[in-house]
Amino acid sequence: MTIQEAQQEIIDDFAFFDDWMDKYEHIIELGKELPQIDEKYKTDENLIKGCQSRVWLHAENKDGKIYYSADSDAIIAKGIISLLLKVFSGHTPEEILAANTDFINEIGLQEHLSPTRSNGLVSMIKQIKNYALALSNN
Amino acid sequence: MDINQIRAQFPILNQEINKRPLVYFDNGATSQKPLRVIESISNYYLHYNSNVHRGVHTLSQKATDKYEQARQKVRQFINANHSEEIIFTRGTTESINLVAFSLSQNFLQQGEEVLISEMEHHSNIVPWQMACERTGAKLKAASFDEKGILNVEELKNLVSEKTKIVALTQVSNALGTINPIKEIIDYVRSKNGNNTLILIDGAQAVPHLSVDVQALDCDFYAFSGHKMYAPTGIGVLYGKKELMSQMTPYQGGGDMIKTVTIEKTEYNELPYRFEAGTPNISGAIALSEAIDFMLETGVNEIARHEHELLTYATEKIKTVSGVKIIGEAPNKAGVLSFVVDGTHPSDIGVLLDKMGVAVRTGHHCAEPVMDKFNIPGTVRASFAVYNTRQEVDIFIAALEKAVNLLR
Repeated sequence: MTIQEAQQEIIDDFAFFDDWMDKYEHIIELGKELPQIDEKYKTDENLIKGCQSRVWLHAENKDGKIYYSADSDAIIAKGIISLLLKVFSGHTPEEILAANTDFINEIGLQEHLSPTRSNGLVSMIKQIKNYALALSNN
Repeated sequence: MDINQIRAQFPILNQEINKRPLVYFDNGATSQKPLRVIESISNYYLHYNSNVHRGVHTLSQKATDKYEQARQKVRQFINANHSEEIIFTRGTTESINLVAFSLSQNFLQQGEEVLISEMEHHSNIVPWQMACERTGAKLKAASFDEKGILNVEELKNLVSEKTKIVALTQVSNALGTINPIKEIIDYVRSKNGNNTLILIDGAQAVPHLSVDVQALDCDFYAFSGHKMYAPTGIGVLYGKKELMSQMTPYQGGGDMIKTVTIEKTEYNELPYRFEAGTPNISGAIALSEAIDFMLETGVNEIARHEHELLTYATEKIKTVSGVKIIGEAPNKAGVLSFVVDGTHPSDIGVLLDKMGVAVRTGHHCAEPVMDKFNIPGTVRASFAVYNTRQEVDIFIAALEKAVNLLR
Protein backbone atom coordinates (compact mmCIF):
# COMPACT_ATOMS: atom_id res chain seq x y z
CA MET A 1 0.00 0.00 0.00
CA THR A 2 1.36 3.43 -0.86
CA ILE A 3 1.37 6.29 1.62
CA GLN A 4 -1.42 7.87 -0.38
CA GLU A 5 -3.53 4.73 -0.21
CA ALA A 6 -2.94 4.34 3.51
CA GLN A 7 -4.11 7.89 4.05
CA GLN A 8 -7.20 7.35 1.93
CA GLU A 9 -8.05 4.23 3.88
CA ILE A 10 -7.97 6.18 7.14
CA ILE A 11 -10.13 8.93 5.65
CA ASP A 12 -12.66 6.31 4.52
CA ASP A 13 -12.65 4.68 7.98
CA PHE A 14 -13.32 7.95 9.68
CA ALA A 15 -16.15 8.84 7.29
CA PHE A 16 -18.32 6.39 9.22
CA PHE A 17 -18.23 8.38 12.42
CA ASP A 18 -20.87 11.02 12.69
CA ASP A 19 -20.25 12.21 16.20
CA TRP A 20 -17.15 13.06 18.20
CA MET A 21 -17.69 10.26 20.70
CA ASP A 22 -17.49 7.51 18.10
CA LYS A 23 -14.45 9.14 16.57
CA TYR A 24 -12.61 9.47 19.86
CA GLU A 25 -13.65 6.00 20.94
CA HIS A 26 -11.96 4.75 17.79
CA ILE A 27 -8.81 6.81 18.39
CA ILE A 28 -8.62 5.58 21.97
CA GLU A 29 -9.05 2.02 20.72
CA LEU A 30 -6.21 2.55 18.24
CA GLY A 31 -4.10 3.95 21.02
CA LYS A 32 -4.72 0.89 23.16
CA GLU A 33 -3.89 -1.44 20.26
CA LEU A 34 -0.69 0.34 19.25
CA PRO A 35 2.07 -2.29 19.41
CA GLN A 36 4.23 -1.78 22.44
CA ILE A 37 7.48 -0.03 21.72
CA ASP A 38 10.44 -2.10 22.84
CA GLU A 39 11.27 -0.79 26.32
CA LYS A 40 14.91 -0.44 25.36
CA TYR A 41 13.93 2.26 22.86
CA LYS A 42 12.09 4.30 25.49
CA THR A 43 15.22 6.31 26.14
CA ASP A 44 15.70 9.98 26.83
CA GLU A 45 17.28 10.21 23.42
CA ASN A 46 14.06 9.04 21.77
CA LEU A 47 11.86 11.17 24.01
CA ILE A 48 9.96 14.14 22.64
CA LYS A 49 8.87 16.16 25.62
CA GLY A 50 5.71 18.20 25.27
CA CYS A 51 4.11 20.30 27.96
CA GLN A 52 0.98 18.14 27.87
CA SER A 53 2.27 14.67 27.11
CA ARG A 54 5.41 12.78 26.15
CA VAL A 55 6.15 10.84 22.99
CA TRP A 56 8.91 8.32 22.28
CA LEU A 57 9.89 7.60 18.68
CA HIS A 58 12.31 5.01 17.36
CA ALA A 59 13.22 4.35 13.72
CA GLU A 60 15.14 1.67 11.92
CA ASN A 61 16.12 1.00 8.37
CA LYS A 62 15.40 -2.44 6.92
CA ASP A 63 16.30 -3.01 3.30
CA GLY A 64 15.91 0.62 2.38
CA LYS A 65 12.58 1.06 4.16
CA ILE A 66 12.09 2.84 7.44
CA TYR A 67 10.12 1.25 10.25
CA TYR A 68 8.96 3.40 13.10
CA SER A 69 7.78 2.45 16.55
CA ALA A 70 6.44 4.95 19.04
CA ASP A 71 4.66 5.40 22.32
CA SER A 72 3.07 8.13 24.42
CA ASP A 73 1.87 8.42 27.98
CA ALA A 74 -1.42 9.91 26.72
CA ILE A 75 -3.83 7.58 24.97
CA ILE A 76 -5.31 10.06 22.48
CA ALA A 77 -1.83 11.06 21.38
CA LYS A 78 -1.08 7.35 21.10
CA GLY A 79 -4.12 6.83 18.86
CA ILE A 80 -2.95 9.58 16.55
CA ILE A 81 0.56 8.12 16.60
CA SER A 82 -0.97 4.84 15.50
CA LEU A 83 -2.50 6.62 12.47
CA LEU A 84 0.77 8.32 11.63
CA LEU A 85 2.73 5.07 11.84
CA LYS A 86 0.18 3.31 9.64
CA VAL A 87 0.84 5.97 7.04
CA PHE A 88 4.58 6.47 7.34
CA SER A 89 6.10 3.21 8.57
CA GLY A 90 7.50 0.73 6.04
CA HIS A 91 8.23 3.18 3.25
CA THR A 92 11.36 4.47 1.62
CA PRO A 93 12.90 7.71 2.86
CA GLU A 94 12.00 9.40 -0.44
CA GLU A 95 8.32 8.46 -0.11
CA ILE A 96 8.24 9.60 3.51
CA LEU A 97 9.88 12.91 2.73
CA ALA A 98 7.44 13.57 -0.11
CA ALA A 99 4.33 12.79 1.97
CA ASN A 100 2.21 15.24 3.97
CA THR A 101 -0.18 14.89 6.91
CA ASP A 102 -3.22 16.48 5.29
CA PHE A 103 -5.30 13.39 6.08
CA ILE A 104 -5.26 14.45 9.74
CA ASN A 105 -7.15 17.62 8.75
CA GLU A 106 -9.58 15.63 6.64
CA ILE A 107 -10.54 13.43 9.57
CA GLY A 108 -10.94 16.50 11.76
CA LEU A 109 -8.06 15.98 14.15
CA GLN A 110 -5.94 18.95 13.08
CA GLU A 111 -6.31 20.55 16.54
CA HIS A 112 -4.03 17.84 17.91
CA LEU A 113 -1.30 18.75 15.45
CA SER A 114 -1.29 22.45 16.23
CA PRO A 115 2.27 23.56 16.97
CA THR A 116 1.02 25.41 20.03
CA ARG A 117 -0.60 22.32 21.52
CA SER A 118 2.67 21.04 22.91
CA ASN A 119 1.69 17.36 23.07
CA GLY A 120 4.79 16.17 21.25
CA LEU A 121 2.98 15.19 18.02
CA VAL A 122 4.22 18.04 15.84
CA SER A 123 7.77 17.38 16.95
CA MET A 124 7.17 13.71 16.31
CA ILE A 125 6.22 14.33 12.68
CA LYS A 126 9.28 16.50 12.29
CA GLN A 127 11.30 13.69 13.81
CA ILE A 128 9.75 11.10 11.43
CA LYS A 129 10.94 13.26 8.54
CA ASN A 130 14.33 13.87 10.13
CA TYR A 131 14.92 10.14 10.44
CA ALA A 132 13.93 9.69 6.80
CA LEU A 133 16.32 12.44 5.79
CA ALA A 134 19.16 11.04 7.89
CA LEU A 135 18.62 7.50 6.70
CA SER A 136 18.25 8.48 3.05
CA ASN A 137 21.79 9.79 3.08
CA ASN A 138 23.20 6.45 4.18
CA MET B 1 -25.41 37.88 45.09
CA ASP B 2 -27.61 37.22 42.07
CA ILE B 3 -25.71 34.76 39.91
CA ASN B 4 -27.79 35.47 36.80
CA GLN B 5 -27.09 39.12 37.12
CA ILE B 6 -23.38 38.38 37.51
CA ARG B 7 -23.31 36.05 34.51
CA ALA B 8 -25.09 38.61 32.37
CA GLN B 9 -22.05 40.85 32.79
CA PHE B 10 -19.79 38.26 31.13
CA PRO B 11 -20.95 37.99 27.51
CA ILE B 12 -18.25 35.45 26.61
CA LEU B 13 -19.91 32.84 28.83
CA ASN B 14 -22.96 32.82 26.61
CA GLN B 15 -21.61 30.61 23.84
CA GLU B 16 -21.33 27.01 22.76
CA ILE B 17 -18.10 25.04 22.46
CA ASN B 18 -18.35 21.88 20.38
CA LYS B 19 -22.15 22.37 20.38
CA ARG B 20 -22.35 22.37 24.18
CA PRO B 21 -22.81 25.35 26.44
CA LEU B 22 -19.40 26.58 27.60
CA VAL B 23 -18.43 25.69 31.14
CA TYR B 24 -15.36 27.79 31.88
CA PHE B 25 -13.36 26.24 34.73
CA ASP B 26 -9.92 27.55 33.77
CA ASN B 27 -10.07 30.64 35.93
CA GLY B 28 -6.79 29.86 37.66
CA ALA B 29 -5.11 30.48 34.32
CA THR B 30 -7.11 33.59 33.50
CA SER B 31 -10.57 34.81 34.39
CA GLN B 32 -13.11 36.18 31.96
CA LYS B 33 -13.76 39.92 31.90
CA PRO B 34 -17.02 41.69 32.68
CA LEU B 35 -18.46 44.02 30.07
CA ARG B 36 -17.62 47.12 32.12
CA VAL B 37 -13.92 46.18 32.07
CA ILE B 38 -14.00 45.59 28.31
CA GLU B 39 -15.83 48.87 27.81
CA SER B 40 -13.34 50.79 29.94
CA ILE B 41 -10.65 49.79 27.44
CA SER B 42 -12.60 50.78 24.36
CA ASN B 43 -13.76 53.94 26.11
CA TYR B 44 -10.15 54.90 26.72
CA TYR B 45 -9.17 54.37 23.09
CA LEU B 46 -12.35 55.95 21.77
CA HIS B 47 -12.25 59.08 23.89
CA TYR B 48 -9.03 59.91 25.68
CA ASN B 49 -6.10 57.82 24.45
CA SER B 50 -2.98 59.85 25.09
CA ASN B 51 0.40 59.36 26.70
CA VAL B 52 0.66 59.95 30.43
CA HIS B 53 2.81 62.23 32.58
CA ARG B 54 4.20 64.33 29.78
CA GLY B 55 1.57 66.20 27.82
CA VAL B 56 0.24 69.64 28.62
CA HIS B 57 -2.84 68.99 26.55
CA THR B 58 -6.27 68.01 27.80
CA LEU B 59 -6.29 64.38 26.67
CA SER B 60 -2.91 63.66 28.20
CA GLN B 61 -4.08 65.22 31.44
CA LYS B 62 -7.21 63.09 31.42
CA ALA B 63 -5.27 59.89 30.67
CA THR B 64 -2.78 60.74 33.42
CA ASP B 65 -5.57 61.43 35.92
CA LYS B 66 -7.27 58.13 35.15
CA TYR B 67 -3.98 56.23 35.29
CA GLU B 68 -3.12 57.74 38.66
CA GLN B 69 -6.66 57.18 39.95
CA ALA B 70 -6.15 53.52 39.06
CA ARG B 71 -3.03 53.52 41.22
CA GLN B 72 -5.08 54.99 44.07
CA LYS B 73 -7.72 52.34 43.56
CA VAL B 74 -5.14 49.56 43.79
CA ARG B 75 -3.67 51.18 46.90
CA GLN B 76 -7.08 51.13 48.60
CA PHE B 77 -7.81 47.61 47.37
CA ILE B 78 -4.78 46.08 49.10
CA ASN B 79 -4.62 48.76 51.80
CA ALA B 80 -1.15 50.04 51.01
CA ASN B 81 0.00 53.08 52.93
CA HIS B 82 1.08 55.24 49.98
CA SER B 83 0.13 55.27 46.33
CA GLU B 84 3.87 55.44 45.38
CA GLU B 85 4.11 51.93 46.75
CA ILE B 86 2.04 50.68 43.82
CA ILE B 87 4.09 49.90 40.70
CA PHE B 88 2.26 48.88 37.54
CA THR B 89 3.92 45.93 35.81
CA ARG B 90 3.04 43.41 33.12
CA GLY B 91 1.93 40.92 35.73
CA THR B 92 3.09 38.83 38.68
CA THR B 93 6.00 37.43 36.71
CA GLU B 94 7.39 40.85 35.91
CA SER B 95 6.77 42.04 39.47
CA ILE B 96 8.82 39.19 40.92
CA ASN B 97 11.55 39.57 38.30
CA LEU B 98 11.77 43.25 39.10
CA VAL B 99 12.36 42.57 42.79
CA ALA B 100 14.72 39.63 42.18
CA PHE B 101 16.78 41.61 39.70
CA SER B 102 16.94 44.75 41.77
CA LEU B 103 17.82 42.96 45.01
CA SER B 104 20.58 41.03 43.27
CA GLN B 105 22.21 44.34 42.32
CA ASN B 106 23.06 45.66 45.75
CA PHE B 107 21.29 43.68 48.44
CA LEU B 108 21.77 39.94 48.05
CA GLN B 109 25.37 38.77 48.53
CA GLN B 110 27.39 35.63 48.09
CA GLY B 111 26.83 33.08 50.86
CA GLU B 112 23.41 34.49 51.76
CA GLU B 113 20.14 32.66 51.20
CA VAL B 114 16.80 33.03 49.49
CA LEU B 115 14.03 30.89 50.96
CA ILE B 116 11.03 29.72 48.95
CA SER B 117 8.72 26.69 49.09
CA GLU B 118 8.41 23.66 46.85
CA MET B 119 4.87 24.66 45.93
CA GLU B 120 5.87 27.83 44.11
CA HIS B 121 4.89 28.60 40.54
CA HIS B 122 7.93 28.65 38.24
CA SER B 123 7.72 32.44 38.24
CA ASN B 124 8.53 32.47 41.94
CA ILE B 125 11.40 29.99 41.50
CA VAL B 126 13.29 30.89 38.34
CA PRO B 127 13.84 34.63 39.03
CA TRP B 128 15.38 33.68 42.38
CA GLN B 129 17.57 31.03 40.80
CA MET B 130 18.77 33.71 38.40
CA ALA B 131 19.38 36.13 41.27
CA CYS B 132 21.35 33.43 43.10
CA GLU B 133 23.41 32.73 40.00
CA ARG B 134 24.24 36.41 39.70
CA THR B 135 25.21 36.83 43.32
CA GLY B 136 26.42 33.44 44.50
CA ALA B 137 23.60 33.27 47.04
CA LYS B 138 21.85 29.98 47.74
CA LEU B 139 18.23 29.02 47.08
CA LYS B 140 16.50 26.94 49.74
CA ALA B 141 13.00 25.50 49.64
CA ALA B 142 10.62 24.25 52.32
CA SER B 143 8.61 21.16 51.44
CA PHE B 144 4.93 20.34 51.77
CA ASP B 145 3.16 17.15 52.76
CA GLU B 146 1.02 14.66 50.82
CA LYS B 147 -2.08 16.75 51.43
CA GLY B 148 -0.40 19.77 49.92
CA ILE B 149 0.07 21.54 53.25
CA LEU B 150 3.20 23.65 53.56
CA ASN B 151 5.64 22.35 56.14
CA VAL B 152 5.66 25.53 58.22
CA GLU B 153 7.94 24.18 60.93
CA GLU B 154 10.52 23.14 58.36
CA LEU B 155 10.28 26.56 56.75
CA LYS B 156 10.78 28.25 60.11
CA ASN B 157 13.83 26.08 60.75
CA LEU B 158 15.29 27.14 57.43
CA VAL B 159 15.18 30.81 58.46
CA SER B 160 18.63 31.82 59.68
CA GLU B 161 20.66 35.00 59.83
CA LYS B 162 21.79 34.11 56.29
CA THR B 163 18.21 34.32 55.00
CA LYS B 164 17.95 37.63 53.20
CA ILE B 165 14.79 37.01 51.19
CA VAL B 166 11.71 34.89 51.80
CA ALA B 167 9.47 34.54 48.73
CA LEU B 168 6.24 32.61 49.17
CA THR B 169 2.97 32.09 47.43
CA GLN B 170 -0.16 32.93 49.37
CA VAL B 171 -2.27 30.44 47.41
CA SER B 172 -0.80 27.55 45.40
CA ASN B 173 -1.93 27.57 41.77
CA ALA B 174 -1.54 23.80 41.41
CA LEU B 175 -2.96 22.68 44.76
CA GLY B 176 -5.18 25.52 45.92
CA THR B 177 -3.56 25.53 49.36
CA ILE B 178 -3.87 28.81 51.27
CA ASN B 179 -0.62 29.24 53.17
CA PRO B 180 -0.51 30.80 56.66
CA ILE B 181 1.62 33.69 55.41
CA LYS B 182 0.77 35.99 58.31
CA GLU B 183 2.12 33.46 60.79
CA ILE B 184 5.25 32.99 58.66
CA ILE B 185 5.84 36.73 58.22
CA ASP B 186 5.45 37.27 61.98
CA TYR B 187 7.94 34.52 62.65
CA VAL B 188 10.52 35.89 60.20
CA ARG B 189 10.11 39.38 61.67
CA SER B 190 10.49 38.13 65.24
CA LYS B 191 13.64 36.31 64.29
CA ASN B 192 15.34 38.62 61.79
CA GLY B 193 13.45 41.88 62.08
CA ASN B 194 13.64 43.84 58.85
CA ASN B 195 16.91 42.22 57.77
CA THR B 196 15.00 39.61 55.83
CA LEU B 197 12.83 40.92 53.02
CA ILE B 198 9.56 39.12 52.38
CA LEU B 199 7.81 38.86 49.03
CA ILE B 200 4.36 37.34 48.69
CA ASP B 201 3.17 35.96 45.35
CA GLY B 202 -0.49 36.90 45.42
CA ALA B 203 -1.41 35.89 41.85
CA GLN B 204 -3.89 33.24 42.99
CA ALA B 205 -4.87 34.99 46.21
CA VAL B 206 -6.06 38.44 45.17
CA PRO B 207 -8.90 37.12 42.97
CA HIS B 208 -10.32 35.18 45.92
CA LEU B 209 -9.36 36.75 49.25
CA SER B 210 -9.23 40.26 50.57
CA VAL B 211 -5.64 41.33 51.06
CA ASP B 212 -4.25 43.92 53.45
CA VAL B 213 -0.54 44.44 52.87
CA GLN B 214 -0.10 46.59 55.98
CA ALA B 215 -1.69 43.99 58.23
CA LEU B 216 0.46 41.30 56.59
CA ASP B 217 3.59 43.43 56.97
CA CYS B 218 5.21 41.91 53.88
CA ASP B 219 7.82 43.98 52.04
CA PHE B 220 6.57 43.13 48.56
CA TYR B 221 3.31 41.79 47.22
CA ALA B 222 2.93 40.77 43.57
CA PHE B 223 -0.22 40.04 41.57
CA SER B 224 -1.74 40.02 38.08
CA GLY B 225 -4.81 41.76 36.76
CA HIS B 226 -5.92 39.05 34.37
CA LYS B 227 -6.78 36.50 37.03
CA MET B 228 -9.06 39.04 38.75
CA TYR B 229 -11.34 40.08 35.88
CA ALA B 230 -8.92 42.64 34.38
CA PRO B 231 -7.09 42.30 31.05
CA THR B 232 -3.78 40.53 30.46
CA GLY B 233 -0.61 42.60 30.47
CA ILE B 234 -1.28 44.57 33.63
CA GLY B 235 -0.11 43.64 37.08
CA VAL B 236 1.02 45.16 40.31
CA LEU B 237 4.03 45.21 42.52
CA TYR B 238 3.47 46.59 45.98
CA GLY B 239 6.69 47.46 47.79
CA LYS B 240 7.34 49.36 51.00
CA LYS B 241 8.28 52.93 50.19
CA GLU B 242 11.45 53.14 52.29
CA LEU B 243 12.76 49.98 50.59
CA MET B 244 11.71 50.72 47.05
CA SER B 245 13.17 54.21 47.11
CA GLN B 246 16.61 52.69 47.73
CA MET B 247 16.37 49.93 45.18
CA THR B 248 18.10 49.93 41.80
CA PRO B 249 15.70 50.37 38.88
CA TYR B 250 14.93 47.26 36.86
CA GLN B 251 14.72 48.83 33.42
CA GLY B 252 15.99 52.13 32.10
CA GLY B 253 14.13 54.44 29.76
CA GLY B 254 11.66 57.27 29.60
CA ASP B 255 9.55 58.28 32.60
CA MET B 256 11.91 56.69 35.14
CA ILE B 257 14.45 59.52 35.08
CA LYS B 258 14.83 62.93 36.62
CA THR B 259 17.72 64.15 34.49
CA VAL B 260 19.83 62.45 31.88
CA THR B 261 23.22 63.44 30.55
CA ILE B 262 25.40 61.13 28.51
CA GLU B 263 27.57 60.67 31.59
CA LYS B 264 24.96 60.08 34.23
CA THR B 265 21.27 59.69 34.97
CA GLU B 266 19.45 60.71 38.06
CA TYR B 267 16.51 58.42 38.66
CA ASN B 268 12.99 59.61 39.18
CA GLU B 269 10.97 59.29 42.38
CA LEU B 270 8.73 56.37 43.20
CA PRO B 271 6.72 54.90 41.60
CA TYR B 272 8.01 56.19 38.26
CA ARG B 273 11.57 54.97 38.69
CA PHE B 274 10.20 51.47 38.28
CA GLU B 275 7.90 52.25 35.35
CA ALA B 276 10.27 52.81 32.44
CA GLY B 277 8.65 53.61 29.11
CA THR B 278 5.02 54.20 28.23
CA PRO B 279 3.00 52.04 30.60
CA ASN B 280 -0.08 49.94 29.89
CA ILE B 281 -2.44 52.85 30.43
CA SER B 282 -5.66 51.20 29.32
CA GLY B 283 -4.69 48.11 31.29
CA ALA B 284 -4.32 50.07 34.52
CA ILE B 285 -7.64 51.82 33.94
CA ALA B 286 -9.32 48.49 33.21
CA LEU B 287 -7.75 46.99 36.34
CA SER B 288 -9.33 49.78 38.33
CA GLU B 289 -12.68 48.91 36.77
CA ALA B 290 -12.17 45.23 37.64
CA ILE B 291 -11.47 46.21 41.25
CA ASP B 292 -14.73 48.16 41.28
CA PHE B 293 -16.50 45.08 39.95
CA MET B 294 -15.01 42.97 42.75
CA LEU B 295 -15.73 45.53 45.46
CA GLU B 296 -19.31 46.08 44.34
CA THR B 297 -19.89 42.32 44.17
CA GLY B 298 -18.13 41.97 47.51
CA VAL B 299 -14.78 40.22 47.84
CA ASN B 300 -16.10 38.17 50.75
CA GLU B 301 -19.22 37.28 48.76
CA ILE B 302 -17.00 36.11 45.88
CA ALA B 303 -14.89 34.05 48.29
CA ARG B 304 -17.99 32.52 49.89
CA HIS B 305 -19.50 31.62 46.52
CA GLU B 306 -16.30 30.06 45.20
CA HIS B 307 -15.77 28.14 48.40
CA GLU B 308 -19.27 26.73 48.19
CA LEU B 309 -18.57 25.59 44.60
CA LEU B 310 -15.26 24.07 45.65
CA THR B 311 -16.88 22.13 48.51
CA TYR B 312 -19.69 20.95 46.25
CA ALA B 313 -17.32 19.91 43.44
CA THR B 314 -14.96 18.19 45.88
CA GLU B 315 -17.82 16.10 47.26
CA LYS B 316 -19.22 15.24 43.84
CA ILE B 317 -15.90 14.33 42.23
CA LYS B 318 -15.32 11.69 44.88
CA THR B 319 -18.20 9.71 43.33
CA VAL B 320 -16.23 9.32 40.08
CA SER B 321 -14.25 6.11 40.31
CA GLY B 322 -10.46 6.36 40.42
CA VAL B 323 -10.31 10.07 41.14
CA LYS B 324 -7.53 11.24 43.41
CA ILE B 325 -7.60 14.86 44.49
CA ILE B 326 -4.17 16.50 44.47
CA GLY B 327 -4.15 19.11 47.20
CA GLU B 328 -6.37 18.37 50.18
CA ALA B 329 -5.37 21.11 52.55
CA PRO B 330 -8.24 22.17 54.82
CA ASN B 331 -7.67 25.75 53.72
CA LYS B 332 -8.10 26.03 49.96
CA ALA B 333 -9.11 28.64 47.44
CA GLY B 334 -10.96 27.99 44.22
CA VAL B 335 -8.83 25.14 42.84
CA LEU B 336 -9.72 21.47 42.38
CA SER B 337 -6.71 19.60 41.03
CA PHE B 338 -6.96 15.86 40.44
CA VAL B 339 -5.79 12.78 38.57
CA VAL B 340 -7.81 9.71 37.56
CA ASP B 341 -6.31 6.22 37.88
CA GLY B 342 -5.28 4.76 34.55
CA THR B 343 -5.80 7.97 32.58
CA HIS B 344 -3.56 10.81 31.49
CA PRO B 345 -4.60 14.37 32.42
CA SER B 346 -4.31 15.62 28.86
CA ASP B 347 -6.72 12.92 27.61
CA ILE B 348 -9.29 13.99 30.20
CA GLY B 349 -8.78 17.61 29.14
CA VAL B 350 -9.28 16.85 25.44
CA LEU B 351 -12.49 14.90 26.08
CA LEU B 352 -13.90 17.48 28.51
CA ASP B 353 -13.35 20.13 25.86
CA LYS B 354 -15.39 18.04 23.42
CA MET B 355 -18.20 18.38 25.95
CA GLY B 356 -17.78 22.13 26.31
CA VAL B 357 -15.87 22.07 29.60
CA ALA B 358 -12.65 24.12 29.74
CA VAL B 359 -10.12 22.95 32.33
CA ARG B 360 -6.37 23.15 32.64
CA THR B 361 -4.19 20.07 32.28
CA GLY B 362 -0.46 19.66 32.69
CA HIS B 363 2.08 20.65 35.28
CA HIS B 364 0.64 24.16 35.83
CA CYS B 365 4.14 25.67 35.72
CA ALA B 366 4.82 23.97 39.04
CA GLU B 367 6.96 20.98 38.07
CA PRO B 368 8.42 20.52 41.58
CA VAL B 369 4.84 19.99 42.81
CA MET B 370 4.20 17.30 40.19
CA ASP B 371 7.53 15.61 40.97
CA LYS B 372 6.55 15.47 44.61
CA PHE B 373 3.39 13.51 43.78
CA ASN B 374 5.25 11.59 41.08
CA ILE B 375 2.66 12.48 38.42
CA PRO B 376 3.10 14.08 34.98
CA GLY B 377 0.44 16.62 35.71
CA THR B 378 -3.11 17.06 36.91
CA VAL B 379 -6.48 18.15 35.63
CA ARG B 380 -7.37 21.42 37.30
CA ALA B 381 -10.82 22.91 37.58
CA SER B 382 -10.74 26.40 39.06
CA PHE B 383 -13.69 28.56 39.89
CA ALA B 384 -14.71 32.20 39.60
CA VAL B 385 -17.64 34.30 40.72
CA TYR B 386 -19.74 33.50 37.64
CA ASN B 387 -19.57 29.70 37.95
CA THR B 388 -22.58 27.72 39.16
CA ARG B 389 -23.46 24.44 40.83
CA GLN B 390 -25.20 23.44 37.65
CA GLU B 391 -21.89 23.85 35.81
CA VAL B 392 -20.25 21.62 38.39
CA ASP B 393 -22.91 18.99 37.62
CA ILE B 394 -22.18 19.27 33.89
CA PHE B 395 -18.46 18.97 34.60
CA ILE B 396 -18.88 15.87 36.76
CA ALA B 397 -21.14 14.18 34.20
CA ALA B 398 -18.64 15.01 31.44
CA LEU B 399 -15.79 13.69 33.57
CA GLU B 400 -17.63 10.42 34.13
CA LYS B 401 -18.16 10.06 30.40
CA ALA B 402 -14.50 10.87 29.65
CA VAL B 403 -13.26 8.33 32.18
CA ASN B 404 -15.55 5.66 30.75
CA LEU B 405 -14.25 6.35 27.26
CA LEU B 406 -10.65 6.14 28.37
CA ARG B 407 -10.93 2.95 30.35
